[in-house]
Amino acid sequence: MKQRRIAINTIYHLFVIAFGALMVYPVVWMIISSFKLKSEILGSEAPFWPTTWVWQNYPDGWRGSGSLTFATYFRNSAIVSVLGTLGTVLSSAMVSYALARVKFAGRKFWFTAMIMTMLLPGQVLMIPQYIIWNRLNLVGTFIPLILPKFLGWPFFIYMMMQFIRGLPKELDEAAMIDGCNKYSIFFRVILPLLGPSIITTVVISFYWIWDDYMGPLLYLSKPGLYTVSLAIKGFADAQGTNFGPMFAMSSLSLIPVFLLFLFFNRYLMDGVTAGSVKG
Amino acid sequence: MQATKRRFGKSANGFWNNDNTVGYLFALPFIISFSLLTLVPMALSLYYSFCSYTIGASPAWLGIENFFNLMRDETFLNSILVTVQYVAIGVPLKLVFALLIAMLLTKPTRAQGFYRAVYYIPSLIGGSVAVALVWKQLFGSRGPIVGFITSLGAENFNFFGSTTWAFLPLVLCNAWQFGSSMLIFASGLKQIPKDYYEAAEIDGAHVFRRFFSITLPCLSPIILFNLIMQLISGFMTFTQAQIITDGGPNYATNYIALNIFKEGFAYQHMGYACAQSWIMLLIMAGITGIIFKTSSHWTYYEN
Repeated sequence: MKQRRIAINTIYHLFVIAFGALMVYPVVWMIISSFKLKSEILGSEAPFWPTTWVWQNYPDGWRGSGSLTFATYFRNSAIVSVLGTLGTVLSSAMVSYALARVKFAGRKFWFTAMIMTMLLPGQVLMIPQYIIWNRLNLVGTFIPLILPKFLGWPFFIYMMMQFIRGLPKELDEAAMIDGCNKYSIFFRVILPLLGPSIITTVVISFYWIWDDYMGPLLYLSKPGLYTVSLAIKGFADAQGTNFGPMFAMSSLSLIPVFLLFLFFNRYLMDGVTAGSVKG
Repeated sequence: MQATKRRFGKSANGFWNNDNTVGYLFALPFIISFSLLTLVPMALSLYYSFCSYTIGASPAWLGIENFFNLMRDETFLNSILVTVQYVAIGVPLKLVFALLIAMLLTKPTRAQGFYRAVYYIPSLIGGSVAVALVWKQLFGSRGPIVGFITSLGAENFNFFGSTTWAFLPLVLCNAWQFGSSMLIFASGLKQIPKDYYEAAEIDGAHVFRRFFSITLPCLSPIILFNLIMQLISGFMTFTQAQIITDGGPNYATNYIALNIFKEGFAYQHMGYACAQSWIMLLIMAGITGIIFKTSSHWTYYEN
């Protein structure tokens, strides 16, 4: 009986690991390819491991294809992602508190508006929004990418709302009796308890903004403003079949997202699901 | 409660502590964005969809001509067809993967957290340009996947040269990112009461019977949620299609989002592109509406 259980367990773990390996294979392939000679990356004779490890792809890639290096692009991505994430967390927390806890006139309407916005395909807004930003002379700046994030992001508003709804109302009432008003309840009761939901929002919104391609493609016309995702695409087009440096920069571009994930993984796994299930 | 009412009720604080004031102050960011970044653009888009418009020129009223032309525009009709195909194949595939892996990972082992993290990695990075570029080479004519297929005996096979198979790498790239659906399924599975399964086991129900009679019905509201979310994101697929195939070969992967982008920004037919985006919205609303309407027949709520 015991042996049978061990056998089943072993098969289970082997299967999960094998399938997991298949899942991460594309990423592993990219990273290994970034250390290969050009001739060993593609083709039927290409070995899985490089015969010689080539480090030169990294400095070659970092230099970029134009007059700018990837230092500029990483800086741009950092500006857009850090400010965008900050704005998303602040504004979404505020709005979610209003919709989940404050009984104001028109709350139902704004809640419905929020859900509709969440379900609305971005393509409907893409062109008119571009026209508006263009009219304001803000195309070619970071503002169209950053400013909207300070005005609430429905997906995260909804997620935080579900989380706040799960907090006992008695907390608010107790704080009321202790002399808190609606503002201090938000800052001293809700916000500190919102922790897991905030971490989830930070991780997910950061990697959505960091990975965003369409936004920068529309609004950042000058190479000096390019984010990493835009720069890699341009670099790939310019380099043709010289894939080593391109894979090197692609690998580097994933590092910030990975680090954030490793750091907050434990909270993220709970946070993603805390809201959606009750809905 | 009474003490608070007395303290704030009629004082100068009354206005600022009124629920309406507090509510609108905190909801203000969303109210601004909803008005200026959603409602105004939608109204503009609706207006432009009846016009001929390019940046810098003033819009010229056309009436319903744009919509009339759309009905005869083969590129546009084809883009709807291939998008529907992509969604119809890709979304169920992704959800089946998500559910199977979520069930596989409910087994309580010490490595559970690690396994979930590994299976979540594709979702974390899948939308990036980096992955799209990798995909392009991975499935390219000289890449390892085609190499493997060739070694099985298929001569001169090439995903991106074939109008029949070019969609497959894109569908797989989407299905590969099943991580967030998986997490949502996993927490749904955790909420199914254990005694349901125990009772079924006593009654002699085997694995498949238990899956179809307990797991699926209990998960149905979550399946609905995941289905809707994935449908919407599937319809909006842009980055992968633009980078991996750029719509080709011969428009086989020219998905609607990509088509609207090209029409609006490459060809500067902004009014025409707006009209396309409204048709896209109507189709998506129609499909989601049908799913919601029929969902009462196949979703099961305990209370």
